[in-house]
Amino acid sequence: MLPGQGTEGRGNDRRPAPGTPVASDLRATPPAEPRSMSMRRRIRTALHYALLLLIAVVCAFPFLWTLSVAVGTEGNVFAFPSSLIPHSVSLANFIEVFRVVDLGRYFWNSIWITFWTVMWTILVCSLAAYPLARYRFRGQRLVFTVILATLMLPTEVNFLVNFITTTHLRLVNTHLGVILPTVAGAIGIFMMKNAFEEIPQELLDAARVDGAPELYIFFRIMLPLTLPQIGALTILTAVTTWNNFLWPSVVLTKSDLMPLAVGILELSGTFGSSTRVIAAGAVLTIAPALIVFFFTQRFFMRGMEGAVK
Amino acid sequence: MNTRAAAADTAAGGSGQLASAFGYGASRARLRQALSPWLFLAPALLLLGLFAFWPVLWGSFLAFTEYDFLTPPRWVGLANFEDLLDDPVFFISMRNSLLYLLIVPAIQLGAIVLAVLVNNTLPGIKAFRAAFYMPVVTSVSVVGIMWGWMYNEQGLINAVLQWLHVINDPIGWLSDDRLALFSVMLVTLWRGLGWYMVLYLAALQAIPKDLEEAAGLDGATRWQRFWQITIPMIMPTILLCTVLSTLSAIKVLEEVLIMTKGGPVSSTYTGLYYAYDQGIRAFNFPRALAASLVVSVFCLALAWLNFRFIRPRHR
Repeated sequence: MLPGQGTEGRGNDRRPAPGTPVASDLRATPPAEPRSMSMRRRIRTALHYALLLLIAVVCAFPFLWTLSVAVGTEGNVFAFPSSLIPHSVSLANFIEVFRVVDLGRYFWNSIWITFWTVMWTILVCSLAAYPLARYRFRGQRLVFTVILATLMLPTEVNFLVNFITTTHLRLVNTHLGVILPTVAGAIGIFMMKNAFEEIPQELLDAARVDGAPELYIFFRIMLPLTLPQIGALTILTAVTTWNNFLWPSVVLTKSDLMPLAVGILELSGTFGSSTRVIAAGAVLTIAPALIVFFFTQRFFMRGMEGAVK
Repeated sequence: MNTRAAAADTAAGGSGQLASAFGYGASRARLRQALSPWLFLAPALLLLGLFAFWPVLWGSFLAFTEYDFLTPPRWVGLANFEDLLDDPVFFISMRNSLLYLLIVPAIQLGAIVLAVLVNNTLPGIKAFRAAFYMPVVTSVSVVGIMWGWMYNEQGLINAVLQWLHVINDPIGWLSDDRLALFSVMLVTLWRGLGWYMVLYLAALQAIPKDLEEAAGLDGATRWQRFWQITIPMIMPTILLCTVLSTLSAIKVLEEVLIMTKGGPVSSTYTGLYYAYDQGIRAFNFPRALAASLVVSVFCLALAWLNFRFIRPRHR
């Protein structure tokens, strides 16, 4: 950010709470200004909102409809517009879906895979980031370039050979096989590298003069100081892992090992599962990730920004 | 950044001297000093090597072999690629992957418009940003299921269009082989808009405010300011996003896998879906890897083209 740049217009900064709409208007439109100007401004704002609302409705339409079908119980699910407003709200479909497939199992698998992926990602990425940020050693630049290069590799095609590798390691149909290939990532390493670089050098010097072992310094001094970045990495990794579909679906063929994102397709392929029941399963699948996202929006907006730099 | 790096340099060097100055087993200390960064790096390098670099090397090699998992691979030269050329479905796949590039300008334009619309401090704007970003944080499998319902012949889109009296008979969005690919492309567009919006929003917010204000005082209209200041200022982001969306368009796979499985009559095969189908379903890994090698070469060529044609205009 440049010095002298006002905070006005920067979306993330202070702004009037909803319900006090005039604050920004007053600032932007001094009373001395002619009436027609403020009228035009108001119309412009109204049009702006109308456009935003229209796009939001189009964007959110599949979500709204799925939710409405999941909580409704009767009527043609595809009728428009009546299917968008359920006649009666009930949780029957959410109970039914646990009877049709073992959704509890899928849920548990998702939690298990997500938890361990996050733990391993933080450990592996911060271990690798620490010497890159705080050491100077022969080959450092090469290592840095090599890690950066993984961002350029066409990693989307890797699943084929990774499946061969996983088969040889006898990790097919294991959760470890799902977790292991996703753990080391350039984005995570760079995030943690930036975090370690922000720690004052004096702290590190003091610990080294005291003769503390490097691992002790790392776990007891350095790592706790990067908690904010660890939090951000946790949230981004957790949501990505929860939603991940392709790789788990390649590694796991046994239904009782599948996470929700894969299991939901089993459900939709199951004979006799109605649209409403599948919709309930879909809502349960996406809800955790969406809820986390809504409460931690800024990490997503900032995380992407950080990834670009 | 530079000062930080410099500080790290001097400090790391300094601590090395410190260790030897204290003189407790000087050579052992030096060995530990030399080894410890590598021990820290080892897990990540091992995993990246095994799951990011090995696939590229081994996959490129296997594409030129005959390999059935049980016996060692046998070199067969270009035979797998000849098989690809003989397969009409592969032609369709690569044609579709190239057709998929149509979404690149659409997604960029849409994302820039969205970013401009949400780049303000109006009350509730964060809720709108979240709404536009929702598809990005939704699992692709659920996206596929939801859009399957939207596209169903008795589904929502037909119902809405019939309700509006735009059409009389339902349209087979996913069952008509002329339409299906475009229907899938629309889903990819829907999924991607929010992600690129955030990138553009960050670029828009990095434009110095006084620059736009100065132009405003000089009497430039909103439209002029947009074209003369905003667009040139976000040009690096446009380049980046164009490259990213070009590459991901070429490598589309999951939407096809979930929504159409390549059908109807193999009209929605994409390059990478072909590779998936050959490898994971038919267990013909050399053919699959040959196809994915072709896709990767396309990616490299397109990335190069993008950089070549977009950059000089700006720099």
